[in-house]
Amino acid sequence: MTSAPTYNFAYLDEQTKRMIRRALLKAVAIPGYQVPFASREMPMPFGWGTGGVQVTASVLGKDDVLKVIDQGADDTTNAVSIRRFFEKTAGVETTTRTQDATVIQTRHRIPETKLSDGQILVYQVPIPEPLRFLEPREVETRRLHALEDYGLMHVKLYEDIACHGHIATTYAYPVKVDGRYVMDPSPTPKFDNPKMDNCAALQLFGAGREKRIYALPPYTRVVSLDFEDHPFEPTRFTDKCSICGAEDSYLDEVITDDHGGRMFVCSDTDYCERRLGEQTSEAAQ
Amino acid sequence: MYVAVKGGEKAIEAAHELLARRRRGDPDVPELTIRQISEQLALGVARVMSEGSLYDPELAALAIKQARGDMIEAIFLLRAFRTTLPRFGYSLPFDTNDMAIERRVSATFKDLPGGQVLGPTFDYTHRLLDPSLAGDGHDDGAEAALAANSPPPASFGVPDEVTPHVTKLLDGQGLIEGNPATAENGIVGDLTREPLEFPAERDTRLQALARGDEGFLLALGYSTQRGFGRTHPFAGEIRMGQVDVFFEPEELGFEVPLGTVTMTECEMVNQFKGSAEAPPQFTRGYGLAFGHAERKAMSMALVDRSLRARELGEDVKAPAQDEEFVLSHADNVQATGFVEHLKLPHYVDFQAELTLVRQMREEWTATSEAVRKETGSRSENSEAAE
Repeated sequence: MTSAPTYNFAYLDEQTKRMIRRALLKAVAIPGYQVPFASREMPMPFGWGTGGVQVTASVLGKDDVLKVIDQGADDTTNAVSIRRFFEKTAGVETTTRTQDATVIQTRHRIPETKLSDGQILVYQVPIPEPLRFLEPREVETRRLHALEDYGLMHVKLYEDIACHGHIATTYAYPVKVDGRYVMDPSPTPKFDNPKMDNCAALQLFGAGREKRIYALPPYTRVVSLDFEDHPFEPTRFTDKCSICGAEDSYLDEVITDDHGGRMFVCSDTDYCERRLGEQTSEAAQ
Repeated sequence: MYVAVKGGEKAIEAAHELLARRRRGDPDVPELTIRQISEQLALGVARVMSEGSLYDPELAALAIKQARGDMIEAIFLLRAFRTTLPRFGYSLPFDTNDMAIERRVSATFKDLPGGQVLGPTFDYTHRLLDPSLAGDGHDDGAEAALAANSPPPASFGVPDEVTPHVTKLLDGQGLIEGNPATAENGIVGDLTREPLEFPAERDTRLQALARGDEGFLLALGYSTQRGFGRTHPFAGEIRMGQVDVFFEPEELGFEVPLGTVTMTECEMVNQFKGSAEAPPQFTRGYGLAFGHAERKAMSMALVDRSLRARELGEDVKAPAQDEEFVLSHADNVQATGFVEHLKLPHYVDFQAELTLVRQMREEWTATSEAVRKETGSRSENSEAAE
């Protein structure tokens, strides 16, 4: 323990954790359904991962190993800030290695390394309602979900194709969960959507400001919405990572000068480092 | 070769160090004390307590100091502290009839029991910057003038005289709708414990408005006056003063005083309503805030009345009448968090958009190229035909 705890383990009081765990259980029981919960004010701003932080705080135990990423990287400022928050309030071990973590809190990415049984992936969600941009009213969207009325969404996707020749949604690409609820995967790029399907890890989603929790139990069927003649296609890169040479990972574009110079690097820093390490040890042999 | 940006942790530490220095400002200038803030910036403290939902002038003053005067940041600090406090229970409802009145004005009657009490108000001051306040010592004019005169009586009314609410006087004649009865079990909604759901009841709505951003409510209240959901309001009464707060611990079974709080209350008297069953009556809008906070209480009362549109059978057409719109966006801690989160990295999503836009531009160029060739060859053909 780094400092004398002035707050409860992992900051939240046990009553609050219990309330959140109840919401989590309900969410796991009805995959993809948004469960309202009495989200608390956290010591970081709403919109900065308070939903994910509350979920992580509620599932974290003393023996857990925590990894926090933002944009796929462990070293982005907000990931650093959240990791430090749990180091300070829970004193748990932290890691950057995907395969060593028992709980991974993420914003905007799913790690490239395949997740395994027993791991929990906690997503930070800004707007949990996939229909929100089509229908701003909560009363209406709840009714649409209840009636499984997703016509609006299909019309939107169809209009995209009619106007742009493509489904012009590149992140927060809607999915259908276990053949029932249409769900927002949080603003992860659609590149990551296939990783959600039949995933061995438990996937939990926390939206603090909007006060919603939802979940995907392990090995849940998750299908990205599409049409027979316009099947879902994850983003593909023609470039490869300039550091590790990966061709299968999601790439960040880095501007290197003001003459149009740019390069691509893995967004998942752990994946990139691991590959680099393997290459170095192979070269050494 | 480019190496992925590292050092987030060091950057954060350095940023916080810089912030601490900026907060302090010039070290040659004496540091502000909490007492100075709570005594001399009391209206700021009141706002932070109201929207921070915690009555504690010292902590609110500390929050203002720590936030460098950024009120929403101070409100956020107070909220984040409040949420960690254990909940013993709820205080007993207090009756503002028992308020030790410092100020009480009614715009509906020239004189009334309890009288009009101006109290400490900006009203009728001429907004001229006062150079006598510009000094920082005790020898300036303002301090001397205050010291020379004995303070005026806090109230010109008879101290023990009961000051009944204007609405109660109207109610006696059946001219205004009655206040709704307390729920039988005495339980009121609490959106800090239960998520806000729609349609929301008036108790929860009032709580959301009490915690809501003063500027947002001011603008909404103003919009109703300009015709976006007009409610024909009269300031029936605004009162400000001290009330005692009591708590009844379950295991004791009797009331224990917790302390005294300063509150501002506003009761709006609004356009009447009648039907085949009930004769015409005025309706009510209610506002209540910690400390001396008239703008907040009045705006809240206007918006409360507008949000009762559904209940009173009025058409919901204006923003201020739309409870989902108002209640979902009134909380400035939530609003500032989400607006400011746009500062966080979004490289990944932006990359996804960038890739798509590039692809679409390529396709657009290819298509327009093809169209140009097509039309070009066609016009050549037609020229040839001529």
